[in-house]
Amino acid sequence: MFKSYPALAMDRSDQASSRDRHDKRADMLFHLVVKGCALLVLIALLGAAFSMLWGGREAFATFGWKFLWSSDWDAVQRKFGALVPIYGTLVTALIAMIIAVPVSFGIALFLTEIAPVWLRTPVAAAIELLAGIPSIIYGMWGLFVFVPFMAEHVDPWLDENLGALPITGPLFQGAPIGLGMLTAGIVLGIMVIPFVASIMREVFLTVPSEIKESSYAIGSTTWEVVWDVVLPYTRSAVIGGIFLGLGRALGETMAVTFVLGNAHLLSASLLEPGNSIAATIANEFTEADSPLYLSSLIALGFLLFAVTFIVLAVARLMLMRLAKRAGENRQ
Amino acid sequence: MKAMLNLRRQITDYVAKIMATLATLFGLFWLVWILWTTVSKGLPALKWSLFTQMTPPPGSDGGLLNAFVGSFIMSGLAVLIATPIGIAAGTYLAEYARNTRLGETIRFVNDILLSAPSIIIGLFVYELMVRQMGHFSGIAGAVALSFIVLPVVVRTTDEMLQLVPSSMRESALALGVPQWKVVRQVLYRASLAGIVTGVLLAFARISGETAPLLFTALNNQYWTTSLGEPMANVPVVIFQYAMSPYEFWHALAWAGAFVVTMLVLVLGLVSRALLLRKKVTV
Repeated sequence: MFKSYPALAMDRSDQASSRDRHDKRADMLFHLVVKGCALLVLIALLGAAFSMLWGGREAFATFGWKFLWSSDWDAVQRKFGALVPIYGTLVTALIAMIIAVPVSFGIALFLTEIAPVWLRTPVAAAIELLAGIPSIIYGMWGLFVFVPFMAEHVDPWLDENLGALPITGPLFQGAPIGLGMLTAGIVLGIMVIPFVASIMREVFLTVPSEIKESSYAIGSTTWEVVWDVVLPYTRSAVIGGIFLGLGRALGETMAVTFVLGNAHLLSASLLEPGNSIAATIANEFTEADSPLYLSSLIALGFLLFAVTFIVLAVARLMLMRLAKRAGENRQ
Repeated sequence: MKAMLNLRRQITDYVAKIMATLATLFGLFWLVWILWTTVSKGLPALKWSLFTQMTPPPGSDGGLLNAFVGSFIMSGLAVLIATPIGIAAGTYLAEYARNTRLGETIRFVNDILLSAPSIIIGLFVYELMVRQMGHFSGIAGAVALSFIVLPVVVRTTDEMLQLVPSSMRESALALGVPQWKVVRQVLYRASLAGIVTGVLLAFARISGETAPLLFTALNNQYWTTSLGEPMANVPVVIFQYAMSPYEFWHALAWAGAFVVTMLVLVLGLVSRALLLRKKVTV
């Protein structure tokens, strides 16, 4: 009637071991599934790179390295080169960063050191929310509001006052139509500001308050604390944040497509319409009437991918350096 | 001499403070201007017919019904595809591969995917699906969007699981609970709010994405719920209508832009409220 003690123990261990086996199998299965999903992320990036290289192979094979520095873009004669879009991408991104970096730094400074405490959270939240507005909205605003504004007020003034200068003059000569590199660069800059400012603000917040307080305690002004303590401490991450912004500016499509003018012109003037890699692809993709044309567009996409990959990788490495140090401090 | 030096330091400080404040006002000025434009042009164009009628040919009245439905289907499908995969991948990074080389590599690649230009995702899925199928389709659009959702979900899941205190894991494991049950029944519950936030943020992000849909779902002037055909969607309709010369199409584009912006802002606010004080950076 009663089981002897050893028998009971054996019973239990039997049960336990069958459950153990089941659990072990389930554990291994679960591990495998999550690992597979994680590897999918890796495959996605490799797949993206490879598929564009594959899609652009016809263009690369036909034009070779000349694709990079030829300014031809002729759908009729089937001659394509990436110089004009590359130039437009770099110039608009450069203008954007010239505007966005100092302004974002100012915003981050204001939100971490200057603003009254009650104001910091709501303004930071507003800026972060605005960073999420889709780029097509920026593009529409650019086309319908900002382009006319530039054409009426800014372009004529630039042409009149700066166009005659000896060296920088050619940058600002041209018909005041509002569309063009300068407008696109400014719209991009406005778009990138909330993005870079939020990163810089977060980075500044990682500076241990002991360090800042020590500096204040020996009589430093706010500016001295920021310039001599906060900035050196966060330098790599600040650069990382700027590079993230740059990556965004280089690859941004919709905001630029609306205001760049879609013209395959290599012009020194920032007031002339131009083209960027992303805008060229977006504008012409559905019109590409020959395989070589389509292949050239995808080859452009590959170039964009390669450039943004490098920029974003640098950005992440820089950001990781600060994160590592912050982790060490905490321990 | 010393007084002079101090005065200079103070002036520098004042100038810096004023410049920083001006920079903030400068940044906010543009953003307010853009929001104001969207509201002032979008609100008057907002009519009930927007949600009951199809996209019109030039010159006649219409709405954006098919575009809203198409966007909803494709975004919903993208979230359905990417959320389980993203949560699983995030789980791997946080629970199985913390401090391993493979884990670090995947985290790094995921971060790059997170900020990669969306036009590249569009071209990738074009090569992957559209070219194979021979035509644009709604399913290709959904897959393209899911590649944008994926890294966001991976990142938030990873970060949220890392925030769960180790004592919770250890207590469960000490009771003899197998690890997969610990993850599913303890860790997911503890970090549910954060993971849901990630999905909401991702949804907000794809609701305005235009570039990837341009090469995958394209557009469709007519009503369709079939995933095998080109599918209308709000961002591409906004793009085409805004670029067109017709006043009425412009008004429709602004109405669409207004709806999308409001949706993004509301989702942003909701996800912030959900997060409370937990910190996520996406």
